[in-house]
Order: sequence, then structure tokens, then C-alpha cells
Amino acid sequence: MSEGTFGNPRIVEEELDILLIGGGMACCGAAYEMMRWAEAVKAEQGIDLKIKLVDKAAMDRSGAVAQGLSAINTYIGSEQDPADYARMVSNDLMGITRDDLAYDLGRNVDDSVHLFEEWGLPIWKTDASGVRHDGADSIKEGLPLLKDGGKPVRSGKWQIMINGESYKWIVAEAAKKALGLSRIEERIFIVKLVNDKNDAGRIAGAVGFSVRDNTLHIYKAKAIMLAAGGCVNLFRPRSVGEGQGRAWYPVWNAGSTYAMAAEAGAEMTMMENRFVPARFKDGYGPVGAWFLLFKAKATNAYGEDYMTKNKEMLNDYPPYGQAAVPASCLRNHLMLKEMKEGRGPIYMDTVTALAKLRETLSPKEVKHLEAEAWEDFLDMCIGQCGIWVGENIEPEKKMSELMPTEPYLLGSHSGCCGIWVSGPTDVGAPTAADPEEDGVPAHLPRGWNWGYRSMTTVKGLFTAGDGVGASGHKFSSGSHTEGRLASKAMVKYALDNKDWKVELDTPAAQLAEEIYQPVRNFLEHKNYTTAIDVNPNYITPKMLQFRLQKIMDEYVAGVGTYYNTNDKMLAVAEEKLEMLKEDAKKMRAKDLHELLRAWENYHRIITAEAHMKHIQFREESRYPGFYYRTDKNFVDEKNWHCFVNSIYDKNSKKWTCFKRKHVDLVDKSKLFKAAAPH
Amino acid sequence: MPTFVRTEKCDGCKGQDKTACMYICPHDLMKLDKDGSETGHAMRAFNQEPEQCWECYSCVKICPQSAIEVRHYADIVPLGGSVQPLRGSDSIMWTIKFRNGNMKRFKFPIRTTSEGSIDPYGNKPMPKVAELTVDGVYTKAVMGGFRAGNPAELIRK
Repeated sequence: MSEGTFGNPRIVEEELDILLIGGGMACCGAAYEMMRWAEAVKAEQGIDLKIKLVDKAAMDRSGAVAQGLSAINTYIGSEQDPADYARMVSNDLMGITRDDLAYDLGRNVDDSVHLFEEWGLPIWKTDASGVRHDGADSIKEGLPLLKDGGKPVRSGKWQIMINGESYKWIVAEAAKKALGLSRIEERIFIVKLVNDKNDAGRIAGAVGFSVRDNTLHIYKAKAIMLAAGGCVNLFRPRSVGEGQGRAWYPVWNAGSTYAMAAEAGAEMTMMENRFVPARFKDGYGPVGAWFLLFKAKATNAYGEDYMTKNKEMLNDYPPYGQAAVPASCLRNHLMLKEMKEGRGPIYMDTVTALAKLRETLSPKEVKHLEAEAWEDFLDMCIGQCGIWVGENIEPEKKMSELMPTEPYLLGSHSGCCGIWVSGPTDVGAPTAADPEEDGVPAHLPRGWNWGYRSMTTVKGLFTAGDGVGASGHKFSSGSHTEGRLASKAMVKYALDNKDWKVELDTPAAQLAEEIYQPVRNFLEHKNYTTAIDVNPNYITPKMLQFRLQKIMDEYVAGVGTYYNTNDKMLAVAEEKLEMLKEDAKKMRAKDLHELLRAWENYHRIITAEAHMKHIQFREESRYPGFYYRTDKNFVDEKNWHCFVNSIYDKNSKKWTCFKRKHVDLVDKSKLFKAAAPH
Repeated sequence: MPTFVRTEKCDGCKGQDKTACMYICPHDLMKLDKDGSETGHAMRAFNQEPEQCWECYSCVKICPQSAIEVRHYADIVPLGGSVQPLRGSDSIMWTIKFRNGNMKRFKFPIRTTSEGSIDPYGNKPMPKVAELTVDGVYTKAVMGGFRAGNPAELIRK
């Protein structure tokens, strides 16, 4: 076959049983579990399932864990119940989560953590006298593995400390070995899913391109796992120069999961949800260990603990404000009051915290403590260390500022936007026998299970990690586990549908044209002007991204308005986003790298539009501190204690939002103190 | 620009088709300037889009020549500090230099097994196809991680 050129790419077509899109924790988990079941299928039935994983980056360092982590945030342990976990998830996300998904994750997640330790991830341990040992020393000293009853170092109720610089490298090694290198293709960016010609509600394939050579890849597959992360940089970030790369969540998460699923017709859920982490200012370094392990307090500029000072504000949001641990958004809500009323900056009082710890520790332990504090950043957010060294901040001598970031969309961390998926059958979730719900489009399933765990409402399309909505707080370990749970159902689905003849609903040549449109725009028009970046016939992906960020920041509750929006602002955003979506067709790509950026930004626009439509539909402010609808500035339990779901019609390019009933599968009343008397 | 490549240290990974930094960058930022037409430095790598750099240090850690360093975000950080790792097979060493000249050094473990030694399915059971519909992962019985939970907690079951 002849080599492709930039203007005329080579088209490579391939037919598979199962395609995995993404190479992060979720797809690594899926690959690991799936290949064992595929082996069993081959041994018992003689069927050799054709499986492939494609990643736009390199699996060793792709996804949200690329840089490493200093903690595993979801480890249940033998002392807690999966129901406790489901309750915590619900509480932090203001009551609207799927208990079935959280519970199922909770009972299975520790299996993955135990595997990570076996593979070589150093996990800190506490010995019998309560002394902490790092993950390598604990092995040398013969402390037991977690699997054998070893005691982790808890930095919080659910978190355990690790030496996690190579966390992703290790998890990827296991996944890559399980798959074998012939089943992995890196540096291929999938940009679009394709439905089946003979069944519009079924997935048939995916298309993308190589960022290394001029090839376009068309995969046909019976089952597809779409797990390509959350969405970053859809809002104008606080730093707009070089520092815009220093996003809290990885800058390469472009909303591809949400956009491609929505365009394929998958039902989305809770796309109004966002996460606005309060982090060390500018570097966005983690605060968890500072709060939980080092017992530091956050204060306003005048040394007042705003969580105590403003605690009455929590009574505005019953019952959530009465929880023993207030939701992340409510903690932001109390912090924002100080900022808005001019008592900033907000500080993490690292000086007092470390001084207090020194009182009871030996010099050797103090040195160890200092190393632990630095490792917390060096393992997962080196950029924060860059700020500390540049500003001469030594945490024992100088406090650091905290700041709520720009909004992020994700489903695996402390957020719950994503795709509506089929859950487990054995935990009491609503079933197809439940009554039909008003407003839910007739073609969508009833109940919370429709046959295959983690399948979306599109037949054969599965997701995990940031893709699964209404179930946050999975983090790295939970995303891996979710991939594993989904992979079993995918194998089952592939076997159940082995005689289905997959046919793409769009011819290959048309798909190629569509994907390469930004290249065509460039080649056709570049000589019209003398400077290639300013041209009336096209827009650069970078400028399109700036336009998106400006709209989202100014009208859809970004940092510029202190996270405020209202019905009128949303209506303006709606109109501007429509024009932006039209102009996205005029993006240019002067090389393959820019073609990557063009499609990432297209995915951001679709994701942003979903976010805006959901906020517009939900006539309340469910997440005070993350966003406020100032025209509906309250939590309305009577009318809005429900999921907001939506579907997107790729032909009319319109969204339909609707409510789905929320049901508790575990008792939530245990979370709340008695309501304060009025 | 967040990561930068030292001209005299980078050898373009000795003329291979792609460099280690190109291989590893999660955001497709590192690029080899084969003929020098983009940077004036032929057969050297460079960061083609510094404002998209996450400072994840994947390229810094993997570079066989230790040619890549980080000058932290110029729109945020005062000049003069540096944070530089040396990643070995079982640990990573960090040299931290403050703007005022203070230094700190740390060494942390990164893995307890040798690289490439993972045997993903060694000593693990072979599942039965019939168990595909049973909840849980295939290692449920051997890894000690399954948390059955108190059935009374499931109030609708």
C-alpha cells in the first residue's frame, strides 16, 4: 500500500470484536481483566476474540495518572462496608448518585489495589507500634502486604499513602503484557464513533488518525470501550499564558469521552455537575495530605478558620449541610464568602501544622515528615514544587495560598458527570418493571440495568472511569476496577453477538473527508493571506479554544463571575455556542499536531454545550460553591432531587434534557446530624 | 517554556525516527527538528507548544541524556529555582534549588519489583466462561480484596 501524504492520507481499515479507546487506568483495568476471560473463551469455545487498544499517547504515561500519584484515594479496607462508601459518594455529590454503581465499585476495588502492590507499587504501612514505613522499607522489613492483612497508612477514611511516581508505569506494564504488543496501537487519536447501518442504536466502529504519520484508521467492532478521560480547559483558566498548561486535571483530557458518546446517541447523565477543586494557588498541588495527614487548617488572610466562622451557612442546605463531613462544594461555598467579601488571600497554614507535629516527633521523624510533605507534590504535581522554589516557600516557614480553580468536568474524581450506564443486578436497583417515567424518550431503557454491566444506552458501547456518570469518587483504583467490571460484560456481549455483521452507517471515504476537513481548510486557503494565522476562511484551533473559554467563563459560571450564572446568561451562551459549533467546521490544521488540537477542541465544544444545557434545565443550584444559578439560588429537594439526563441528536445537533427518578439503595439518614432548629 | 531541551546535551536520540521524549509525552508536545528548520538546531528535540505543558516531567524522567529540564511557567513563577529528578530502576532522586540558593535533596522509592518483571496472570486462576455473568473480577477468590458487605445495608433488596 502506498504511503499517505498530509493532503491525502492512507486509509487503514480493520475489523475487530472489541476495541478499547484510551490507555488510562480504566482501559488498563479493562485490558488486564479482559485478556484473561478471552483466554478462557479460547480454551473452552475455541473462539479467538480480536481485541485491540488504541491510545492517543503512550500507555506508560497516559491518562490522569501519567505523572504519578501520592495516594490511592479509594481503598475500602476490611474495616468498612461498601455501603459506607456509597453513602460517602452520595454525600459529597449532594445526594444525586447511583448507589448501585458506587456499591459495586466499593466491594470490588480493593482487588485492584492488591494487584498493584503485587506488581510493585510501593504502599506505605503502619507497623504494630503505629510507626509509618514507606512502601519499599515496609517490604524490606517484612511487614505484610495489604492482601495478607498489612495496615496501610490512612491519610483519610478512604485514602492510603503510596510512593506513586511510577504508578501508571506499573499498571500499564501489566496491561501491556496482558494484551501483548500486537494488540496495542499508540498515538492514534479516535475522534468519532460510528453507528450501525442496520441498527442506529448500536455501535459499529470508531475512526481516528495517527498523529505520527498520514494514516486514517477505521475500526469496525462489535463492542467498544470508550474511556478517554474527563474535560479540561473548556473554561478560561486562571492562568492564560504558559501557565494554562498547569491545569489541575491533565490538560490532555479534552472531553472526548463525553462528546463521542453523545454524538453516538448515548444517554448522558449529570452533565451539569462540575468539580472546582480548592487547591494550592497556581500550581494546583494537592491539599488532601495537608488537611488529613498533617492536620493543617485553612484560614482567611486574617487567620480566621472560615469553616468554623461560616458554619451557619451550611444550614441553608438541609440535609446536606448537616453531614458530619460537608460536601466539597459546600466547603468551597464557605471559602468563597471570605474571598468575595475581601478577606483573601486564603491560606493553608502549613507553618502551624508542621510546628505542632514537631512538638511530638524526634528530629529523625521531623526529617521524614518534611520529605513526606515534598513527596506529596513530587509524586503527582511537580509544578507546585516549581512554584515553591521560585517563591522561596519552605512550608515550615511560609504559608501557601489556596484558591478554587476553574471548573473541570469529570466522573471519576470528585465529580459525577458522564454517561448513563447499566449497573449490577443484585443490589436492589430499579428494574425494567418499574413504571415508565414522564419525559424519558421512549427508545431509552427503563430501570438501572439493561443486560450488560457498564454498557451505555447504545448497544455495544461501554465506558468506565471518567465516562461513567452519577458515581464519582472512584479515582485511580476505582477507574481500574470499573474497567475490569465492564470488560467481562464486553466479552459476554461479543459472544452473544458473534453472528452480528457489523456495518458502518457512513462510507469510509466520507468519514475520511470529515476527519481531514481541518487539513483541507488549511491547504485550500492558506495562500489567500500572507500570514497563515489570520485568514477569513478558517480559524486556528487555539483561537477557537480561547473563544470557547471566554463564553464558558463569562456566561456559564466560570471564575470571572465567581461561578455565578442565570437563565439570561445561559441563553446568551446558548446562542454563542451554536455559532462556535458551526465555526468548528472551519478549523484549520497546518500539521498533524494541529489536527489533534482541532478535534480535541471540537470535543470540548460538545462537552461544554452539554454542561450549559444541563445547568439550564436544572432549575436550582445543586452544587453551591461549584456553581450558582442566581435566578434559582437554592437546593430544591422537592422538584430536583433527581438525575438530569440528556440525549444528543447528531443530525439535528439538538439536545433533549429530561429527568430520571433518584432512588436510594442504602440508607442515607446515617450521614446527617439532626437539622438545626429554626 | 515549561520544559526546555539543553542544546549541547540532546543528541536527537542518535538519529532514530522518534526520540524518547516524543515517545512519552502524553500531550504530543516534544518534536525532533531533523533539519534545524524550526529551531536552528538540527537533530535536537524541542517543546512545540509550551503553553500546553502540564509539567508532568515524563520527558525529563525518560531522557537518556538528561537533556530536558523545566523552567517553570513564566507567567506565574519567579525565575531562579529548579526541580530536577534522576529516575533510576527502583527510586527517584530529586534535587531542589530555591531562588534564594537553598537546596534540598530527596530520594523516594518508585517500585518494589524490577521493571518488566510483572507476570500478569502468574498463579492466578483461569476463570470459566459461565462465570462471566457473576459479579466481581476473576481474582476475587485469591486477592483478598472482595468486600461482601452487610446485606442489611441494601434497603431495597
